[in-house]
Amino acid sequence: MTVYLDHAATTPISPRAAAAMTELLGRVGNASSLHASGRSARRVVEESRERIAGALGCRPGEVVFTSGGTEADNLAIKGLFWSRRAEDPRRTRILSTPVEHHAVLDPLHWLATEGADVELVRVDRLGRLDVEAFREAVGRDPESVALVTVMWANNEVGTVQPVREVVEVAHAHGIPVHTDAVQALGQLPLDFAGSDVDAMTVTGHKVGGPYGVGALVVRRELQPTALLHGGGQERDIRSGTIDPPAIAGFAVACEEAVARQPELARRLSGLRDALVAGVLREVPDAIFNGDPDPGPTHRLPGNAHLEFPGCEGDSLLMLLDARGIECSTGSACDAGVPQASHVLLAMGSSEEFARSSLRFSLGHTSTQADVDALLEAIGPVVARARNAALAGRPRG
Amino acid sequence: MRVIAAMSGGVDSAVAAARAVDAGHEVTGIHLALSRNPRSYRTGARGCCTVEDANDARRAADVIGIPFYVWDLSERFHEDVVEDFVSEYAAGRTPNPCLRCNEKIKFAAVLDRAVALGYDAVATGHYARLRTGPDGRTELHRAADLAKDQSYVLGVLTQEQLAHSLFPLGETPKPEVRAEAALRGISVAAKPDSHDICFISDGDTGGWLSEKLTAVARSGSIVGSDGEELGTHEGSWRYTVGQRRGLRLGRPAADGRPRYVLDIEPVTGTVTVGSREELAMDGLVGAAPRWCGAPPEGALSCTVQLRAHGEEHRAVLTVTGSGVDVELLEPASGIAPGQAVVAYDGSRVVGSATIVSTRRCDHP
Repeated sequence: MTVYLDHAATTPISPRAAAAMTELLGRVGNASSLHASGRSARRVVEESRERIAGALGCRPGEVVFTSGGTEADNLAIKGLFWSRRAEDPRRTRILSTPVEHHAVLDPLHWLATEGADVELVRVDRLGRLDVEAFREAVGRDPESVALVTVMWANNEVGTVQPVREVVEVAHAHGIPVHTDAVQALGQLPLDFAGSDVDAMTVTGHKVGGPYGVGALVVRRELQPTALLHGGGQERDIRSGTIDPPAIAGFAVACEEAVARQPELARRLSGLRDALVAGVLREVPDAIFNGDPDPGPTHRLPGNAHLEFPGCEGDSLLMLLDARGIECSTGSACDAGVPQASHVLLAMGSSEEFARSSLRFSLGHTSTQADVDALLEAIGPVVARARNAALAGRPRG
Repeated sequence: MRVIAAMSGGVDSAVAAARAVDAGHEVTGIHLALSRNPRSYRTGARGCCTVEDANDARRAADVIGIPFYVWDLSERFHEDVVEDFVSEYAAGRTPNPCLRCNEKIKFAAVLDRAVALGYDAVATGHYARLRTGPDGRTELHRAADLAKDQSYVLGVLTQEQLAHSLFPLGETPKPEVRAEAALRGISVAAKPDSHDICFISDGDTGGWLSEKLTAVARSGSIVGSDGEELGTHEGSWRYTVGQRRGLRLGRPAADGRPRYVLDIEPVTGTVTVGSREELAMDGLVGAAPRWCGAPPEGALSCTVQLRAHGEEHRAVLTVTGSGVDVELLEPASGIAPGQAVVAYDGSRVVGSATIVSTRRCDHP
């Protein structure tokens, strides 16, 4: 039996989402076609859009479907940078944090080679943006800021960012704010209108929906420059034939995720606390990373990020995998070559510590039995991985 | 047994892993990440070190049906193989990095980690054979396919390392391995054999070294064995003892015959050249010997191999206080210090040492 503790990577699909998709896969109809089959496909897409808008607290016209979180992040960052700079060439700065997902950091690094001045404002030891430093960075020259992008909650250590404060500071100068809320959806209360952000990334497969579909929720008055040119299917911001089964599956999963969120967060918090307490009991020198406060403005309820001094994270992962327990080293894994996590390094961790950690992430299918299985295995696994790390030292 | 199969992304290591599974072992595939900044795609015929190679290895593991992980050994590889390679050249020697990698990485760092993680052995796609000797020790023998035999680069392994190794390809000719890979559906079957040095991506060893060897004379004289200056060069690391081509000497030798590199002195940057006769050696001294079993007692009649894919020479080997002394029964030419001398008894590897000096034949 597989013990799946990697919901931050992807989640098991919801049976209702799978059923909705399966039913639609047999139907013909391009949502842009004018005949009955086309209208039927279009109806599925627009009903799904309305359901997602209802769940996320935005207007249907603000939901732009994409191929997933990475595309939505790219569209928001490149698209808003280009359109805002086109309006006023002084707007060359983009403010963000060093703990963003690569789908944000890499577009930023690329834009920096295209004339953008990217500033990654420091985070504290919990991985949270330093709001005063951010205020100072904006205040230095607010006219020159094209946009701000700060994730809602971190995918590795689960730290929730002070998005509300970021919005207040940015909006005082009329600067739009994008947030990558991929990890937050379904785990934290999320309300687009209430949050006052201008653009927000969400994706299907992190909430029990299918892969390959996500959305950029973006205010109607903002018009990011398109990345993909073609039929202009999505508000002329995004082209490409619309995928009704995937969108319908996403809508079902998104509605379910939002409906169960308060109860799920309570349940996952309890399981996560049991997991962390149990691991610390089995491995007393393990370190619980990130914000110890479990509240919704502090930490994702399903995230447990732990450091095991003296172990290589990839040895731990391999030994747990052999016992059917699946988790992540929480590091960006570029084609399998492990690199120390940029998130942990930005939080002030050393490269050695950064490489000795594991991320366990709980989600809608997690149970006490999963936690128990991990707690039974973790002691011997850590002992063995420590031996391996000692053996890995150079011979005399 | 529980076995770690080291998979480079090439056909040999993939078939070796598959055969280990067939033999009933519980096999886990690993690919060694040896560079912190791997290139995306292979160029030329290098067999590892790119993301594409890691993907090929992963795909082969999927087809075979075994778990697969990437182990990052780039730091160890850099310290033990790349830096050693550079410092050996800086000292005027010609190292063999594949041998060093087997000694320090594949059958040391990887094996140690594997054993600590609960594995019993490491399997690789090397062409060599292991047998249990009369005394119960593990013996290393040349491969059945002598053209592919890699026992020379494994000659540095100790008894303990050999006892935890598997070479599933040792009995098989290479073309059969390719055919078997195709039958098994391992899609790298058509990939060319790797050669050259894996960490020098464009194959230009001289150019690569000239960036690293900042403390070595950038130029120097090429002199005859009588001390007469015959020309100049742009870096002694571009030369290997025994080399004939690329000397670019302005005028021919007095006797009109080709000249060969006899000696490299890296501090002054002097490269000495001479005739083929002067290149002939009848003895050498080796340091840091490693024995596959007990060290030989007294003078050992054996054959020795002096470079990868080199021929065998009849020799008498004697263990000395700090190393070995090898008397060659027929002269051998172009013995480069830094290479290994590997001693064989028939097909069996007796041991190896690093060549530190050579003795020139007395010739008229």
